[in-house]
Amino acid sequence: MSSTKSTPAGFDWRRRRLVQGIGVGLAAGVCGLAPRFGQADPGAEFTASAVASATPRELRGTQFDLTIAETPVNFTGHPRLATTINGALPAPTLRWREGDTVTLRVYNRLAEESSIHWHGILLPYQMDGVPGISFPGIPPGGTFTYRFKVAQSGTYWYHSHSGMQEQRGLYGAIIIDPIEGERIQADRDLVLLLSDWSDEEPMQLLKRLKVQSDYYNFNQPTLADFVRDLSSAGWSAAIERRQMWQQMRMNPTDLADISAHTYRYLINGMTPADNWTGLFRPGERLRLRLINGSAMTFYDLRIPGLPLTVVQVDGQNVEPVTVDELRFGPGETYDVIVAPRDDVYTLFAQSMDRSGFARATLATRPGLTAPVPALDPVEWLSMTDMMGDMHGGRPAHHARSEHGPGTDMRVDRARSNLDDPGVGLRNNGRRVLTLADLHSLEGVLDRRMADREIELHLTGNMERYSWSFDGVEYGQSTPVHFRHGERLRVILHNDTMMTHPMHLHGMWSELESPAGAVQLRRHTFAVQPAQRISFLVTADALGRWAWHCHLMFHMDSGMFREVVVA
Amino acid sequence: MNPLSNEKKSAFHPAGWLKPLLLTAVLALTRQAAAETAGHAHPHAIEEPPAKTIDHSRMDHGSMDHGSMDHGSGDSAREGRDPDAYSNGYRLDSGPYLLEGRQHSHMADSHRFSVLRIDRLERADGRDHTGTAYDAQAWWGGSYDRLWLKAEGEHSSGTLQEARSELLWSHAVAPFWDRQLGLRHDSGAGPERQWLALGLHGLAPYWFELDVAAYLGSGGRSALRLGSEYELLLTQRAILQPRVEFNLYGQDDPARGLGSGLAEGVLGLRLRYEFSRQLAPYLGVEWSGKFGQSADLAHSAGDATSEWRWVGGVRFWF
Repeated sequence: MSSTKSTPAGFDWRRRRLVQGIGVGLAAGVCGLAPRFGQADPGAEFTASAVASATPRELRGTQFDLTIAETPVNFTGHPRLATTINGALPAPTLRWREGDTVTLRVYNRLAEESSIHWHGILLPYQMDGVPGISFPGIPPGGTFTYRFKVAQSGTYWYHSHSGMQEQRGLYGAIIIDPIEGERIQADRDLVLLLSDWSDEEPMQLLKRLKVQSDYYNFNQPTLADFVRDLSSAGWSAAIERRQMWQQMRMNPTDLADISAHTYRYLINGMTPADNWTGLFRPGERLRLRLINGSAMTFYDLRIPGLPLTVVQVDGQNVEPVTVDELRFGPGETYDVIVAPRDDVYTLFAQSMDRSGFARATLATRPGLTAPVPALDPVEWLSMTDMMGDMHGGRPAHHARSEHGPGTDMRVDRARSNLDDPGVGLRNNGRRVLTLADLHSLEGVLDRRMADREIELHLTGNMERYSWSFDGVEYGQSTPVHFRHGERLRVILHNDTMMTHPMHLHGMWSELESPAGAVQLRRHTFAVQPAQRISFLVTADALGRWAWHCHLMFHMDSGMFREVVVA
Repeated sequence: MNPLSNEKKSAFHPAGWLKPLLLTAVLALTRQAAAETAGHAHPHAIEEPPAKTIDHSRMDHGSMDHGSMDHGSGDSAREGRDPDAYSNGYRLDSGPYLLEGRQHSHMADSHRFSVLRIDRLERADGRDHTGTAYDAQAWWGGSYDRLWLKAEGEHSSGTLQEARSELLWSHAVAPFWDRQLGLRHDSGAGPERQWLALGLHGLAPYWFELDVAAYLGSGGRSALRLGSEYELLLTQRAILQPRVEFNLYGQDDPARGLGSGLAEGVLGLRLRYEFSRQLAPYLGVEWSGKFGQSADLAHSAGDATSEWRWVGGVRFWF
C-alpha cells in the first residue's frame, strides 16, 4: 500500500496539558521555527510518513536554536514546572544528516546553570556538554553554541548534564539520517522516548534515599509472604530463602531505587492514561525508535501480539534479531521493526521493579485501544545476581578501596555470560533480548589487540545510598587515563545487586563475547548484578570525558569517573 | 552477663569495675565493625566455609595477580588493586585538558544532607502515672561523616523527669557501622550530668539496628547504654517494631535514683502504620523496670520498680 495521503486532518496530538508560559512561547516562536527553513530535507520519503504524531515535534537542518526554560506541566493533577527545551517535554526531535556540520545555539533562560549533552555522539570533547569537564556550563541567561561535524547515523538523544534537570524533563531525541541513504526499510518512522516524571524535586528524592534507601520500595518481603512460603514450602525452605538476605542486610526486591510511588512513566511525554498513539496505515512496516530517557527506570518493553525485530542498538546496525520483549535502561536506544497486522496494539513497558508501566498505542485510527497487560509479579533477585558464577567465573581483582564503608558487598567470581535477560525476565515464556543476541553488522572498528587492560568495579552501599567505582565516590577519585591512540580492554565488574547502565562519553565500546570475539558496538552497557563485562575501546578522542552510571542518582551519588585521553 | 539473675545489689558492687569493661566492650565492637569492612556481606564467606573460599583463589586457572583476592579476613584488606593505578598521576584538578579556571566539579556525593527524625513522640499511660516521651535524632552530613544529635526524654506530672541529649560526630568505620564520639547531657529530676560519649551505631546482620555507647562522666562515673530495634513488616505499611534498651552504670548515683550495675531496662512493642514513609502513627505496649540498687532506691522512694504501659504516638521525619 503506497498511499500518499497524509494523516487524517483534524486530529491533534498536541498535549493539551502542556501550557506554554509566555516567555517560553516567545522563545519557541522565535527560535523553534527557524530550523524549518534550514537546509533541504535529506530524507523526504521518511518525513512524509513521519507526521503520524505531532509529539515530539521535529526540527531538522543544520542550524538549531534551543531555549532551555521552565514550562508548566501537569501529569498528576497537580501543576508543576518542568525544565524544557522550546517549551516541550520531551524536547523537539533533532533530525541531522551524517556528514553535515550542525550548529546548535542553546539559550539558558533558567535561574541556574544548564547544559546539553549529545548522548552517544562522537564529537570534540569541548562540545560534549558536561559542565566542569567539557565546558563551563551555560550560565543563567547565557548562550552556548555547539558546532560539530556529524560523523555517524542512527537514533540518539540529548539531555541536560547539569544538576538534575534530566529528571525534570530536559531530554529529546536525535535522529541522524545516513549519508548513503537509509538501508533499513520501513514505511513509517516513530520516535518513542520513554522517561520518568516525579512531581517532587529531584534533590528531595535523593535525600529520601539517603535517609532511607528503601523509601520507594513497596514490594518488600513481609510477614505475610513468609507465612505463604511456610505453608507452600515448609519451614526450612522459607527460612533458607531469607537467611542470606537477612545476614547480608540486603533486600531481595531492591530492583529500582525509585518506583511508581512517586514516578509517572511517560512515553513521548504522555502518561499511560493519556495514551500516546502512533498511527499507521494497514500493511505498513514501522520503525520504532525506542529511547530510554529516564532518570532511574529500566523498562521491560513489549507489544503483545507483535514481534520486535531489533535492527539497531545505540544507533548502530545489528544483525536483525526478532524477540517478544526487551529490557532497556536509561541511556540505551533500540530501533525495532514491527509489521502490524491488526488495527491496534498496546506498547507496554513495565518498570523493572513492577511498580508501574508506561503505555502507548499503535493504531490505524485515533481512539482505538488494545488491552493493557497486567504487571508481572515481582521476582526476587537470585543467587546468580548475588554471587555471580562461583564455579566458572574469573577471579575478581578487587581494589583495596573496596574494603571500606563505601562497599557493602563484593563478588569474587562474577559471571561473564551475556545470555541472561535479567531478573524478572528469566523463563517468562517470552523471547527476551539478551546481549548475546546482538552482533554489530559492520563488525569491529579496530582490529588491533588490546595493549592494556583496565578493570574497574561498580560498587555501592545501599544503606548509605552511596555509589562508586572501586568504592571511591567521584569527588575522591582520580581520572582514568587512556593513552591517545591506544586500543585497550575495559572490564567492568559489578559488585552490586543492581543493574547499572554504564555510559562512556566520546568513544565507542566494543563488547567482547565470553569467548573473546568482538561482538557489539555500543555507547551504553547495562551491567547486571554480579556480572563482568569486557569491552575494547580505541582511545582516539583527545580530551576529558565523563564515564558514569546513567541512573541519575547513582551518577550523582558518585558512580562517575573522568576519563582523560592524552 | 544475665542481668535478670543479678537482682541483688551486692552482686554488682565493686565500684568502678564497670568502666574498663564498658570501654573494652565498645572497643571490641568497633573492631568487630572494622573487621566487617573487610569481610562482611561477602557472599562466599557466608555461603561457604572459609577454607573452601580461600581455596579457590589458589585453584583458579588464570595467571593474574591474586593479591587482591579477599576472603573475609581483615588482613587482606590492605592488599588489592590501587584505586589510583589508572590515573597516570592526573587528578580531577590537574592534568591535560583541564578546563581553565575550573572549580572542582561538584556532584551530590559531596552534598551535605540533613534530616530530623522523630522516632517516638508518644503518650504513655501506666498504672501509676501518665507521661509524654520523645526520642529524636537529627543528622547533617554526607555518606560517611555526620554531625549527629540524639535526644530522648520523658515528661510527666508537669516536669521533665529525665532527659538525655547527645551531640556526636559520626564517622563510618564499616559499611554498616558508624563510630560516634561526642558529649552527652542528662537533665530532668536530680542533678544534671555530663558525659563523654563513645558509641557504635549501625545495622547488625539480620537487620537489627544497634546503638551502643559507653560514657565517662565527672567524678569517675561511667555508663553503658545499649539500644536495639527491629522492624517486622506485616504488610508494606503495617510495621511491628520491637525495641529494647538497657542502661548500666559504673557507680551509684542516688541523687538520680541510679545504682551501679544494670539499672534500667525497657522492652517495647509498637505497631505503626505508615501513611507515608515519613508519617506513621503507632500504638504499643512497653515494659520498663529498674534493677538492683536502682530498684531499691525506687522502692524506698515509694515508686514502682517496674511498670507496664500503653503507648500511642507518632513517628515522622523530614
